[in-house]
Amino acid sequence: MSEYVLILISAVLVNNFVLVQFLGLCPFMGVSNKVETAMGMSLATTFVLTLSSVLAYLTWAYILVPFELEYLRTISFILVIAVAVQFTEMFVKKASPLLYRVLGVFLPLITSNCAVLGVALLNVRKEDATFLSSLTYGFGAALGFSLVLVLFAAMRERIAVADVPEAFRGPSIGLITAGLMSLAFMGFSGLIKL
Amino acid sequence: MALITVSSPHTTKKGNHTGAFMRQVIYATAPGLAALTWLFGYGTLLNVCFAVLVAVGCEALFLRARGRDVSFYLSDFSAVVTALLLALAMPPTSPWWLILIGTAFAIIIAKQLYGGLGMNPFNPAMVGYVLLLISFPVEMTRWIAPHEAPALSDSIQIFLGQTNVDAFSGATPLDTMRTWAGNAEQLSNQPILHGAFAGEGWEWVNAAFLLGGLYLMWRRIITWHIPAGVLAGLTAIALPFWLFDSVRFADPLFHLFSGAAMLGAFFIATDPVSAATSRNGRLIFGALIGVLVWVIRTFGGYPDAMAFAVLLMNLAAPTIDYYTQPRTYGHKAAHRGASK
Repeated sequence: MSEYVLILISAVLVNNFVLVQFLGLCPFMGVSNKVETAMGMSLATTFVLTLSSVLAYLTWAYILVPFELEYLRTISFILVIAVAVQFTEMFVKKASPLLYRVLGVFLPLITSNCAVLGVALLNVRKEDATFLSSLTYGFGAALGFSLVLVLFAAMRERIAVADVPEAFRGPSIGLITAGLMSLAFMGFSGLIKL
Repeated sequence: MALITVSSPHTTKKGNHTGAFMRQVIYATAPGLAALTWLFGYGTLLNVCFAVLVAVGCEALFLRARGRDVSFYLSDFSAVVTALLLALAMPPTSPWWLILIGTAFAIIIAKQLYGGLGMNPFNPAMVGYVLLLISFPVEMTRWIAPHEAPALSDSIQIFLGQTNVDAFSGATPLDTMRTWAGNAEQLSNQPILHGAFAGEGWEWVNAAFLLGGLYLMWRRIITWHIPAGVLAGLTAIALPFWLFDSVRFADPLFHLFSGAAMLGAFFIATDPVSAATSRNGRLIFGALIGVLVWVIRTFGGYPDAMAFAVLLMNLAAPTIDYYTQPRTYGHKAAHRGASK
C-alpha cells in the first residue's frame, strides 16, 4: 500500500511531469489562459492519462513482451493512446453530451500531449512494473499535470493584466513564470527516493 | 473646510503611502539584524549594505531602460526591502558575487519583468534565494557557529572571497537535526540543539524577528492572519509527530525558533503582493506554508524550507483567492470552477 502512496506523491510533486520532467508543455502553455478551460483540460487529461497508461501496460505485458516485439513500443503506444482518446470521445459524446461540450476540442488534442506517451514509456522502462503501479503512476502523473495547469492558469490571469514590458508579453512571460514555478518545485526534490 | 480633491483611497493621514510602509518594515528588521550580527559577526551587515546597493542600482537601470520615472519608483523603498530580506536570509559567509547574482535576479527577473511593485506573482527575495540555493548549495548552507563571530577584518576578507571560510563554519541546528534524527544518544550530545529553549543561538535570532514582526502588527503594517497561519500550521503538524516519536521528529518549539521560521512568517510570507488577499485565503495560505516548511525540513533534500514553502504558496495564491473570494453584501456567493 505505502508503495503506491509513494508512487503517487512522487508523480504529483517530486517528479512532476510538467515542472520537473518538462513533458506536456504544449497544453501547459496552450490552454492556461483561463482557469475554466484549464479545469476542463485537466479533467479530460486525467481520464485519458490513467486509461492509456493502463492500456499501454497491458499491450506491453501481454502482446509486445510475449512476441518479443519490444522495439515496437513507441509506435504501438501511440496507436493505443489514439484509440483510447477516440473511444473516450465517442463514449463521452453518447453518455454525457454536457461534459462533451465542456471539454470540446481538448479531448482529441490530448493525443498529442507528450506527457501521455511519456507516462506509457516510463512505465514499461521500470522492470518491476505491475498493473497497479502503472495505474497509480498514470493517475499521479495526471494529478500533477492538473494541479500545475490550474495553478498556472490562475496565475496567468493575473499576469495578463500586469504591466509587463512589451517584449515579454504573452508566452515569454509565461515561460519565465513556468521557470520560476519549476524553481519552487525543486523544493520537493529528495522528498522521496524511489 | 477644504474638500479633498485626490483620487481614492481617501486617506488624510500623513505618511500613509507605500514608502512609509516599506520604511516601517525596514525598521522592524533591526532587532533581527542586530541578533544576527551579535551571533555571527559583521557578515550579515556587509551583505545587507551591498545587497541594497545592487538592488537600487538594478531597479534604477531597469526603470531607466523602460523610460519610467526613476526617482518616483525608487522612493517606494520596495527594492531596499527586497534586498534587505534576501540579505538577512543569506549566510553571513556569503562572498560578494553571491549577493550580486541573487539580488540582480530577484529585482530584474522576479520583479521588474512583471512590471515592478504590485505585479510580481512571486516574492522576489525568495526567488533570488532559491536560485542561489539550487545553484550554489555549498556556499548557501555555510553558516558560522553561534557566538564564534569572526572579527570585522575577517568578515571583510570573507565578503571579498579572499579567505578560506571553512575555518569559521559550523552546522546550524536544522542541519544537525537532519543528520542525527532518530539517534537519541547523538541528539543529546549536540550542544547546538540545546540552547535556552530551542537551537543554540538561533532561538535569539528568531525571537528578535518575532519582536520585529509584533511591531509590524502593532503598527498595522501586516495583519495577524498570515503569521498566525504559518505558526499554527507548523505547530499543528510538528506536534503530533513529535508526540509520536520525539527522537525522529523535532519538537514544535524547535521548529518555530529555527532557521528562517519567524523571518518567514512575519516578513516574507506577509508580502502583500504575492500572498493571498482575503482573510480566509490568508489563513489557508499561511497554514499551508507552515505545513510545507515542516514537510520539506523533515523529509526534503534542503536544510531550510521557508523559501521553497513561500514560493510554492505564492504559486497557489491566485487559486486560493479564486476560491476564497468573499461574498459581496446582497449577493449570493460566487460559484467557482469545479465546485459547481
